[in-house]
Amino acid sequence: MNKIWIIAKRELGTFFDSLTAYIMLVAFLGFSGFFTWLYGSDIFLRNQADLQVFFNIAYWTLFFFIPAITMRTMAEENKSGTIELLLTKSVSDWQIVVGKFVACMVLILIALALTLPYYLTVWKLGPVDHGSVLTGYLGLILMSATYISIGIYTSTVTSNQIVAFLSALLIGIFFHIIFDVIASGSTGSIGAFFSYLSLSTHYDSISRGVIDSKDLIYFFSIIFLGLVLSETTLSKRNLAD
Amino acid sequence: MDIILENLTKKYGYQKAVDNISFHVKTGEVLGFLGPNGAGKTTTMKILAGLIAPNEGDARIGNFSVKDNPEEIKKLIGYLPENNPLYLEMPVLDYLEFSAAIQGIPNHKIQERIREMIRKCGLNAEKHKKIGELSKGYRQRVGLAQAMIHDPKILILDEPTTGLDPNQIVEIRKLIKDLGKEKTVILSTHILPEVEATCDRILIISKGKIVADGTSENLRKQSQGRELVRVRIEDGNRDDIIIQLQKIEQVAMVDPIRGLTNCFEVQSRNEQSNRRAIYQLCVKNNWALTEMTPVETKLEDLFRDLTLN
Repeated sequence: MNKIWIIAKRELGTFFDSLTAYIMLVAFLGFSGFFTWLYGSDIFLRNQADLQVFFNIAYWTLFFFIPAITMRTMAEENKSGTIELLLTKSVSDWQIVVGKFVACMVLILIALALTLPYYLTVWKLGPVDHGSVLTGYLGLILMSATYISIGIYTSTVTSNQIVAFLSALLIGIFFHIIFDVIASGSTGSIGAFFSYLSLSTHYDSISRGVIDSKDLIYFFSIIFLGLVLSETTLSKRNLAD
Repeated sequence: MDIILENLTKKYGYQKAVDNISFHVKTGEVLGFLGPNGAGKTTTMKILAGLIAPNEGDARIGNFSVKDNPEEIKKLIGYLPENNPLYLEMPVLDYLEFSAAIQGIPNHKIQERIREMIRKCGLNAEKHKKIGELSKGYRQRVGLAQAMIHDPKILILDEPTTGLDPNQIVEIRKLIKDLGKEKTVILSTHILPEVEATCDRILIISKGKIVADGTSENLRKQSQGRELVRVRIEDGNRDDIIIQLQKIEQVAMVDPIRGLTNCFEVQSRNEQSNRRAIYQLCVKNNWALTEMTPVETKLEDLFRDLTLN
């Protein structure tokens, strides 16, 4: 556990040193703030004291920002060769992967924590359903964790950050929308199957306030799968072929 | 702690990078790993460092095997990879702290270890800079510092002096020699004077196989069985001189040096010297012997002999 945190801490330091973190935070808050408060069907147009608008926006902004955060994590190490140093230290491959995951997760949590003033403002404006806000945030966190896990995997398999970014988006877009589109276009068991695969189904049900173990299992299995695949990719060097 | 390699083989596809290598390094020995590019030095070192697994055979450090106890081995080893990859955006101190923490050094000892490394590797003036701002020589020192920060019993250094200026090379060699008193060191290089200056023992490897193993004197003696002298004899007919030289009992071969008149390389038979005989021959024929230089077989020649075929 300690080693995981050491790796995560270093990774977070890199985010903040390289300005990635600041740019990501400013851009995330800028986008979501703009669409939540100022433009389109914003909170005032909806005229309801809830954060549904923000959650809908963040669902998309995070989708694009997360690959930009994760693309660097392993690809850069692969490219510069620092992965060699890391792998010869007394840490396991799993600790390395989870450390990177934790670092990205902390950055996303910081970003989400900075949107708490939205919540406080809405609370001031009218009666808020605190439970739905809470589950809304929970949905965002679970979704972020899922995409971080996918992003770290795509970053592990390449030494090119752009490839890592684009392939994370490519894999992500299936979960984000394509499965949903297929599901709504088909019926019966095929429809149900794709509906289950679609991340938006589970995200919607959680942010509506229904915390079902089915949804939690869905998120955690993708997260776990991504991390395991990353670890396997790292350990491949050890396979005597 | 001893390092034992047993029939180690590593294949990349069909190509054998390391081919059935076995050797034994004793505690406190500084072993120089010599070989042309692509001979398998780096691969062997990577296997020892636990980065890649061998196809066949095993490498053991003390009682631990790279196959069965990679975690224990990683704690015992300090590894400096070939092109010294570092996190360029990190300040030196932060990086050393990270290296120390990740090697499991207890928190209260970390600062002390960092101070010692900074002193040992001469990094004091640069410790607050980002690694990316350092010159190559200083980066190399940071690489050495991170490799030694957990006070490993064994140091594996892949070309530790590349990119250093002559002064730094001397310093690093001295550092390695000092370290060799208490630690087992394996270093690879293709700079031959370097191994002579730092290593107790030399291992020459070519195409994945060990072709020579011994101290530098031993190796030199091996190739020095036959004395070779270069002579210049004037006032005589060239062909006549060659014929006369070849008649000397101890002489094995006479080779006129191209481009220089009256210059010859004379090789003697095994364990015999021909210098007196050549002198007497000149006196007898009234030739002027203006030059006689023993040609020392250098490690370079041995290296070329062993690795070029």
